[in-house]
Amino acid sequence: MIRLDNLTKIYKTTEGPVTAADRISMEVPAGEICILLGPSGCGKTTTLKMINRIVQPTSGRVLIDGEDTAELDTQTLRHNIGYVIQQIGLFPNMTIEENISVVPRLMGWDKTKYRNRTRDLMDMIAMDPDAFLNCFPHELSGGQQQRIGVARALAADPPVMLMDEPFGAIDPINRAVIQDEFLKMQKELKKTILFVSHDIDEAIKMGNRIAIFRAGQLVQYSEPDELLAAPKNEFVESFLGDDRALKRLNLVKVRDVVNDTIGTVKPSDSLETAHKRIEEYGYQNAIIMVNEQYQPVGMVAASVAKNTKGYCSDHNSPMPAQVGLDDDLRKVVSLMFGHDITWAPCVDEKERLCGQITQRTITHHLSARHAMQTAKKPAEVI
Amino acid sequence: MIQFTLANFDTLMSRTVEHIALVSLAVGIATLTGVPIGIAITKSKRAAQIVLYVAAIIVTIPSIALFGIMMPILSIFGYGIGYVPAVIAVLLYSLLPIIRNTYTAINNVDPALREAARGIGMSPNERLRLVEIPLAIPVIMAGVRTAVVLNIGVMAIAAYIGAGGLGTFISRGISQSDPRQLIVGAVAVSLLAVVVDYALLALQKQLTPKGMAKIIQAG
Repeated sequence: MIRLDNLTKIYKTTEGPVTAADRISMEVPAGEICILLGPSGCGKTTTLKMINRIVQPTSGRVLIDGEDTAELDTQTLRHNIGYVIQQIGLFPNMTIEENISVVPRLMGWDKTKYRNRTRDLMDMIAMDPDAFLNCFPHELSGGQQQRIGVARALAADPPVMLMDEPFGAIDPINRAVIQDEFLKMQKELKKTILFVSHDIDEAIKMGNRIAIFRAGQLVQYSEPDELLAAPKNEFVESFLGDDRALKRLNLVKVRDVVNDTIGTVKPSDSLETAHKRIEEYGYQNAIIMVNEQYQPVGMVAASVAKNTKGYCSDHNSPMPAQVGLDDDLRKVVSLMFGHDITWAPCVDEKERLCGQITQRTITHHLSARHAMQTAKKPAEVI
Repeated sequence: MIQFTLANFDTLMSRTVEHIALVSLAVGIATLTGVPIGIAITKSKRAAQIVLYVAAIIVTIPSIALFGIMMPILSIFGYGIGYVPAVIAVLLYSLLPIIRNTYTAINNVDPALREAARGIGMSPNERLRLVEIPLAIPVIMAGVRTAVVLNIGVMAIAAYIGAGGLGTFISRGISQSDPRQLIVGAVAVSLLAVVVDYALLALQKQLTPKGMAKIIQAG
């Protein structure tokens, strides 16, 4: 856990004092990623760098697991905080192995221990130790270098990590990949992470919490969904963008909104049965046909069921799309728009039907949460 | 000419060795003092300005004049002529390229690397030893090379104050109106400068951290 208590940085300049960070107080629970977000010059980076004293705070305290870090000497403090920067900063005179093991070596680990640790870390970041450990940084691509940068920060297994726009210099495709890998690692490692970003989409994707900064002040500190649903003021609202309701789509899983009452037919059912069931459930377009494992295999159109005689097995059409329980709504909406459909069946891990999702459910969910959040008092910045 | 060279081959060799020894001694001491000075002045811009200014002024003094200044001062200690004033003069000349290159190289270490080094918890000494000096070595070595090549020429003039070395051929050639000695001495000095420059370049490549060799070639 990291707690910032009235952390302040005032720079003395020739035009008088400039407050870069103004009494920042916030708490990041253990194992969570907190994104510091805001336009440039808003104080997010200054706040981050005060934690490992790259920037010396003017006043205020930084507590890690309840302990005031002012009592630690700077080197010890930094050995226990992983640090990843946008420019990566691998040492070009050292091999990959030397780069990763630099903190353990500074801390005086014995050779076998840090060499094993280096190999473990390479496995963790999915890079072949035998192929890369003896390379030099310039022989690697930008994405690979930043993976090593992350491994170096993790080397001494610090409980806390500070990341200053770590994926900002990587091309968009690799950035998405490395973000996903990092989230996967974080699921196991459960580090307490402060992460500076200026990219709202990255913040929503990576953060358990988001802290919005403006002009040296912490404006809002909320969970992403809450932030998007209930921005505290116009600045936050404009920073999140006009499409903030759409951004929430990323955060909501099918699981959260699925409607699990669903009528189905079997291939052996007659079209009459299908028609009856369609009426019973009030479906307008079609009904889903499932096989014996309850997997959707097709659909019977309402008009066909009404006007034709025969069995469902002979009068069905293929399902245009289906969605999984763990898909986010953004993917669902994209599928719906792509296939020109207003609903889709949902399946579980074994491809068994477990409900359906409609455009109406989605819009309703987004607006209902929105109404609920605005009615409630917006989350306080602690 | 060739006859003269062959006839005096032993003398030529011993003078060359003497020449190399004198320059090495002077530049060696200059390196041992100049590199730490260059590193120290990165801590203060004001100190850097003063030190670099003084070193630059020394280089503008003509070598003959510097020997002239050196002789009365050192004769107090009984070293007015001979190799001592020559070595001290060459040492002084060497300081500028060595200090300046060290200073520039350390100052030009990528700020991102410096921040990374601080951020992961290196003390200032660890930063110097593990990052800044290794990265500065190619540029420091270039300074040493400049100093050596420059001072192989300066040392030739030191023959006039009795320092020995290849300059002896030149000074005798002039005083005895013997073009053979003069040309052999001059050619030997030039050759020596070229050969030593290449040798030091090879050493520089050897000392450059492996991971940087490619970057430097590319740059």
